[in-house]
Amino acid sequence: MKTFNVNIVTPDGPVVDTNVELVSAKAQSGELGIMAGHVPMVAPLQIGVVRLVTGGKQSELVAISGGFLEVRPDQVTILAQAAEKAENIDVSRAKEAQQRAEQLLQSKQENVDFKRAELALKRAINRVNVYEGKL
Amino acid sequence: MASLRDIQTRITSTKKTSQITKAMQMVSASKLSRAESNAKSFVPYMDKIQEVVASIALGSKDVTHPMLVSRPVKKTGYLVITSDRGLAGAYNSSILRSVYKQIQERHTSKDEYVVIALGRVGRDFFRMRGIEAIESVTGLPDQPSFADVKEIVRKTVDLFSEGAYDELYMYYSHFVNAIQQDVTMKKVLPLTEIESSGGRLSSYEFEPSAEEILEVLLPQYAESLIYGALLDGKASEHAARMTAMQNATDNAKELIRNLTLQYNRARQAAITQEITEIVGGAAALE
Repeated sequence: MKTFNVNIVTPDGPVVDTNVELVSAKAQSGELGIMAGHVPMVAPLQIGVVRLVTGGKQSELVAISGGFLEVRPDQVTILAQAAEKAENIDVSRAKEAQQRAEQLLQSKQENVDFKRAELALKRAINRVNVYEGKL
Repeated sequence: MASLRDIQTRITSTKKTSQITKAMQMVSASKLSRAESNAKSFVPYMDKIQEVVASIALGSKDVTHPMLVSRPVKKTGYLVITSDRGLAGAYNSSILRSVYKQIQERHTSKDEYVVIALGRVGRDFFRMRGIEAIESVTGLPDQPSFADVKEIVRKTVDLFSEGAYDELYMYYSHFVNAIQQDVTMKKVLPLTEIESSGGRLSSYEFEPSAEEILEVLLPQYAESLIYGALLDGKASEHAARMTAMQNATDNAKELIRNLTLQYNRARQAAITQEITEIVGGAAALE
């Protein structure tokens, strides 16, 4: 099958640079699957998982928060504020963050920034999911 | 003339000081190389985001976004990037001098501008002059990751969107090389000066629409501009501190050299005097 180059870049440096057959990501308008020869496109991504399928049906999961995806004729670039491969995720930290965010959301205090806590919770859950290999 | 003991004490204390400055210089040198590599790993991200922003914002003329439009300026925001600690030579003072001069030239009253301070030195500088920074962050690590500064950067961009100021300038020290850092002023918002990286601008499909993508993209772009400046500033800070400490070590060496000379002269004088006294005493006995 035809492959193409995928780059995942964050402000702290490049995270992924490989050749894959399929990229599947969660865009704001819904799930997106991209294969070689896709029309050039830009789409914002949700906090979620990016799945990189290499030959032989092997796939790699990357947790992404806040970013967008750019498709060019020869390559795909994902620009994200944070991105971690499944094996690099600090799961105990993610779980702590999840608990913290949950407590904050349940505390019903007036000075809590709910939107931020919710986003933090989403990011934490996403990391845990990716670490455990759930989609 | 100072006594032998006094000179000896001064030599010892100067030596100790020079050991400290030497150590600080070496610490800064290693921090500088880390900061440089941080700044380098940020380049691909910046290039990419710039490319995409340019191709969307310049590519389709009919697309507008509040962050792209200049509005009448009632209030100006100044983002000042300094360090938390001193002992970095002219690093902080040259940035602050330039901002303060600019502010005094442009504005007549304190209602016309606000200050956002990254770094303790900058915050305290404005506080001393009765200007309280509306947002400030201190205690940033020497190698800040994007997560460390996300909050302040986002707030800075949000404040523009909410209309707290109508334009935003940022002041930081641009790292040229280990011995040269230039104070740089950059207009961050509105994003009227998007540099096109030239080359071909691919025509994209937008999913769902160009406007909605700009909604996500432009804040992210502005945030990365600020983060880039911060990395640049950190590299400059370490370079400036390294040079300052190098100079301090050199000065201490020079001082020790002079003091040692003085010490030896004094010692010689004391010996000569002793001999003269003994000879004088012996002659008196005869």
